[in-house]
Amino acid sequence: MTALKNTFRELMQYPSAMIGAVTILFLLGVAAYALATIPYDEAVRLWRGGEDVWYQNPKYAAPSWYNLFSKTKKPISFKVSTTEGDMTKTVTPASADISAVNIDYSFEYEYDTPPQEMTLYFTTTFEKKLPFAAITLLTPDGRKVKIANIAVDRKTTYRTSQDLKLQKTLKTEKVMNALFQNPDTGKVAKGTYQLVIEGTTFESKSDMDVEFVMHGDLYGLAGTDKYRRDLFLPLLYGTPIALAFGLVAALGTAFLTMIIAAIGTWYGGWIDELIQRITEVNLVLPFLAILIMVGTFYSRSIWLMLGLTIALGIFGGSIKSYRAIFLQSKEASYIEAARAYGASSGRIIFTYLIPRMIPLLIPTLVSSVPGYVFLEASLAVLGLGDPLLPTWGKVINDAFTDGALYQGRYYWVLEPAVLLMFTGLGFAMLGFALDRIFNPRLRDI
Amino acid sequence: MSTESLTAPTKDSPIPKKISANSAVIRVAKFTAIRILTMMITVAIGVYLTILIANMGGYVDTIMRNEIREGTTMKILADPTLRNITPEEKQKLIQKKIASEEKRLGLDQPFAIRSVRYLGNSLILNLGRSLHMTSDHGSKEVRLILLERLPATLLLAGVSQLFLFFGSIFIALPLSRKYGSWLDKLTIALSPTSAVPGWFYGIFFILIFAAILKVLPFGGLVDSPPPTNSFDYGLNVLKHLILPALSLIVSAIFLSIYSWRTFFLIYSSEDYVEVAKAKGLPPRDVENRYILRPTLPTIITNFALLVITLWTGFTITETVFVWPGLGITLFRAIGAYDTPVIVGSTIIYAYLLALTVLLLDFVYALVDPRVKVGAGSPQ
Repeated sequence: MTALKNTFRELMQYPSAMIGAVTILFLLGVAAYALATIPYDEAVRLWRGGEDVWYQNPKYAAPSWYNLFSKTKKPISFKVSTTEGDMTKTVTPASADISAVNIDYSFEYEYDTPPQEMTLYFTTTFEKKLPFAAITLLTPDGRKVKIANIAVDRKTTYRTSQDLKLQKTLKTEKVMNALFQNPDTGKVAKGTYQLVIEGTTFESKSDMDVEFVMHGDLYGLAGTDKYRRDLFLPLLYGTPIALAFGLVAALGTAFLTMIIAAIGTWYGGWIDELIQRITEVNLVLPFLAILIMVGTFYSRSIWLMLGLTIALGIFGGSIKSYRAIFLQSKEASYIEAARAYGASSGRIIFTYLIPRMIPLLIPTLVSSVPGYVFLEASLAVLGLGDPLLPTWGKVINDAFTDGALYQGRYYWVLEPAVLLMFTGLGFAMLGFALDRIFNPRLRDI
Repeated sequence: MSTESLTAPTKDSPIPKKISANSAVIRVAKFTAIRILTMMITVAIGVYLTILIANMGGYVDTIMRNEIREGTTMKILADPTLRNITPEEKQKLIQKKIASEEKRLGLDQPFAIRSVRYLGNSLILNLGRSLHMTSDHGSKEVRLILLERLPATLLLAGVSQLFLFFGSIFIALPLSRKYGSWLDKLTIALSPTSAVPGWFYGIFFILIFAAILKVLPFGGLVDSPPPTNSFDYGLNVLKHLILPALSLIVSAIFLSIYSWRTFFLIYSSEDYVEVAKAKGLPPRDVENRYILRPTLPTIITNFALLVITLWTGFTITETVFVWPGLGITLFRAIGAYDTPVIVGSTIIYAYLLALTVLLLDFVYALVDPRVKVGAGSPQ
């Protein structure tokens, strides 16, 4: 316990170690939050979901904070609906059957460019007679534009910019420009817009609900990709996956390697010989090529890749350095004492040989995490990422295959890249400081 | 100058010199023979495992059979010159074509036999012909495919790794004598940046220099169409080389300097270095004779391992920069289920590794008088 306290006190003296530790704690917090809010299956369903899940989002939208760094303010997407109560809906019965459903929504529009699209998703209930809706837009410069008069079926989608009738009345194909620009100045009219839907139902049990979605150029905290998916999902959910991959691979490889090295040195003879020969064969095997082959031919599951990484990593080069240290500590007097009182080989290996090594192991372990986190990302960049899970590497791969850098969609690549870098540097900084604390030869240097 | 007396005290040997020389030759020969044998066995096992993995328990065979069936059937059904023959004859023709194609690819024999034949051939460096891939000149010889890609990989890996190696040693050596200075502290502070791999810096460099500043190309080896005269061609290649080489260098340089500096520091705190300093030798002599010389074995090992990595190329960096080297070729070979190319690339890597390890044993004995070839590992 005091040893732990001392270590901690020493760590406090390294600012980089503290930055690293805080980064790791933050990432662990994010991972816990992600797992608590989105169950595994839900994350997979959302990530694999197509238009039906993500229809409310614009394509290729940059994140909302883009406006902070740009002179021309671009519109931020939003969605409102009567069912969730953020759009006001009043039903006034006019007679036994007929009633008026008035829905309206006012929104502030302080941007410099018109939005991409305004879409209305109607959901109605009726027996025979279709309800009717008259849609109007009131602009801040005092115009009142009649957008459409339509009969709405049970599920009706109305896309403003694709309405041919509206294009004709506005005498332009750029409906959004005509709606949002002041015809006198040609600039976007800023202020409060009001969307008014005057609906009429013709049956006593008939009802109408609307979802209003505006596709701007920006969306949410992280933006969206080619498939309208909110990038916040993979960025958030990629954290537990990256950490799990990195930590499990680092821990698994380090401990198994050490146990094997300890067994080899303790028993010696043909066991030791065999372990050394396996290490040499393993050195010849092309590690990345094998991962790529298994990914291409067999399965791209991240858990299989994890298992394979550990399996190929166990007999790595570090087995030799562990062996050298075990050979020394094998001759120590406390081992002799243990042998004298009749301790079994297993007991000596697991309670005397290995625990002494753990302080030496910790820095290596922490420093090796980034390598594995980036390995997962590397496989994803080669197109061998897990097909189901949202990961950071997968986002980079999607962006690359879509030519995001050529098209200037930097946010798509930068967001996961910065997170990866953050993770890598966090572990590396902590591991570095730990190395200097636990490794007496480096202490004064 | 008697450095030996400080590092390895010479003992008067009681054995006459002639006999010891003779026994040394025998010892070295025996050691070499055993070493070569074990190396060969290691390489053979490693390569055979790769062959097994590249086949995935017959899965790849099934894929190839299906591809042949589909391809041949389509070809014959679409062939206008064969329109007049009867369907039965057509079927017969298809079967015959499939059989001959399978024979060409060796699929008519069971995998166990094929794999052993593969192994034998690759061990004698008879790399054979690829299944699908062709070199830019249209050849299917695996040897030619690999040779064609070698210059690009050697250029990228060679430039970046040699720069990295010598650069970091030459920066680290003076740095180790000035430890505690702000430059030293900066190196320590920056060394965690090496946790991030080269391709990753590559993304940022592409973003900055290609996408935003538009001064360097996004990737590739030369512009398309390539310049006609060879001087411009060379310049153009160099221009394309900057970003991938820079990202490989940046990703490793600080850690490399840090570890060399630490390594030199450990050696420069030895007593004999203090003695040399106390004698008033100039710093350059102290560095060259008392610090560099005892660390030579480690420097050579690192250099040898570096030479090996040149061969594997940097698959992901090459992919990100679309650099037509060996790494990207291996990746494409796997994607095309082209076992001969995969195995060919592996065997050459394995041989180079084995050869390097073997040579290192002798080089150690040459540069370090304390090490004797075949005398068992020092305690």
